[in-house]
Amino acid sequence: MSLLFKGRQNKNEKQKKSILAGGYFFIINIFRQGIHSLGEMWRTPLASMMTIAVLGLSLTLPATLYLVVKNVQQVSSGFEEASEISLFVKETMSEQQTQTLVKRLALYPEVESVAFISKQQALTEFKSVSGFGQALEYLDSNPLPDVVLVTPTKRDRQPNAARALLTKLEAEREVDFGKLDIAWLERLNALLSLLKESVITITLLLLTSVTLIIGNTIRLSIMDKKEEIQVMKLVGATNTFIHAPFLWTGIWYGVIGGLFAFISVALMMWWLSSAVSSVAGVYQTSFSLIGLTLKEFGLLVLLATSLGFIGSYLSVNRYIKEIEPDKV
Amino acid sequence: MINFQQVSKTYPGGHRALEKVNFHIKPGELAFLTGHSGAGKSTLLKLISLMERPSAGNVFINGVDLNKVNSRQIPYARRDIGIIFQNHRLLERHTVFDNVALPLIIEGTHHNQIAKRVHGALDKVGLIDKVKCHPSMLSGGEQQRVGIARAIVNSPPILLADEPTGNLDPELSMEILRLFEDFNKHGTTVLIATHDLGLVARMRYRSLTLKDGRMLQDPLAQEVL
Repeated sequence: MSLLFKGRQNKNEKQKKSILAGGYFFIINIFRQGIHSLGEMWRTPLASMMTIAVLGLSLTLPATLYLVVKNVQQVSSGFEEASEISLFVKETMSEQQTQTLVKRLALYPEVESVAFISKQQALTEFKSVSGFGQALEYLDSNPLPDVVLVTPTKRDRQPNAARALLTKLEAEREVDFGKLDIAWLERLNALLSLLKESVITITLLLLTSVTLIIGNTIRLSIMDKKEEIQVMKLVGATNTFIHAPFLWTGIWYGVIGGLFAFISVALMMWWLSSAVSSVAGVYQTSFSLIGLTLKEFGLLVLLATSLGFIGSYLSVNRYIKEIEPDKV
Repeated sequence: MINFQQVSKTYPGGHRALEKVNFHIKPGELAFLTGHSGAGKSTLLKLISLMERPSAGNVFINGVDLNKVNSRQIPYARRDIGIIFQNHRLLERHTVFDNVALPLIIEGTHHNQIAKRVHGALDKVGLIDKVKCHPSMLSGGEQQRVGIARAIVNSPPILLADEPTGNLDPELSMEILRLFEDFNKHGTTVLIATHDLGLVARMRYRSLTLKDGRMLQDPLAQEVL
């Protein structure tokens, strides 16, 4: 585009046949600059790798903490599934009264399922599990009560809701008393909540530092190319043209840093998985670590790319404006 | 083509670089701008290339008042002006080809055209065999010629040169000036700032002389007013 000489059309402008062709060229040019800035990074491999490593490691920590929360949640969700309220039925109640109670409890909106364990079933089970089978034969009567196991709905498994349900169930006339081991659940939930909060705080701090690291790296790059920027401005480069390579560099840092973080996390998971399996084996349970899903991987890279863009945009906007060709 | 009307420039701090300067350079003219260091030559070129704005008066290029060119339009205005510097101002990390191609890349020229026109420009300045060299591999004269090739590669109607022969020996200086003469013969308006009066005398073109920010000799100045 010629501003001072309206009639002046260079050969290039004559080639532009339509807005569509112009748009196509604009996009091609942007991608060309992207590839060019990747080449620029390649020309300074050590500095680029160090920056990427710092970014990658800074992103690895929140990603790892996220996985810790995710795995702990997986374990605790298993515990929550098992959370039950045990209702001990009064000895004076007949079997028919107890069955009526079971049917009534099943109609509670807070109750997901109800199971009845008769005193006889309980004794048989106790005999087989406890190892006191023969000793128990000497008892005159069965000392165990009938028990109704109530599993609350998912919503009512939270400590407060479960406690409210227990009070409600204990009010039933057939029930002697109920038991809900809720203290450990409260502690676990409190710990999980603390962990989540800590992860969010640490993540925010690290993401801010990633943005600042990229911003500072781009700032140094801008300062290093001050002369080039001046010359570009002198020969008619627009701000968009000058900004583009630096923005691309920030984006590349983000993309490669994100990939670096993903690989680091994956390696860490692979390294820890056998140790975790051994620990689970000792507790006679099977547990395997959950890694990042494809969606989470995509989000990690997208987040890193966005931070790269934001960091570079802040620097570019702040510093390139200040560089003016002041000396002919 | 280039028209200064009562142009003054005072820098922050009070230094008055130009004082009511009037002159007119016609399309296709070659003129010298002479004067001692600090006379205002660089300021005058800066005003034409929109690196500075006048404190008073108006600068017109092809009838366009540069005071009315906003900051977003400056890059497009600069594409119509080729600038050559005493210290070449080449991009050291890039090859001769990349340096010369820069204005074309900025304009968004197709890469086939870029190659053709860069080779054409380098051919004109006699450096076609140095395409792949980096500036550090070239002599001072060759670097200056690369700077000239960069300035003319997009065929700007105006060519400004600030002390283009400042660091060169007399023989090379004449060679460079003959290049300008050649571009001028093809219709480019050329304004060369120099303090080498001997060189100006040998070339026999119009000479504008600045002293302490004032225009001393310009036989055509009255035409402007």
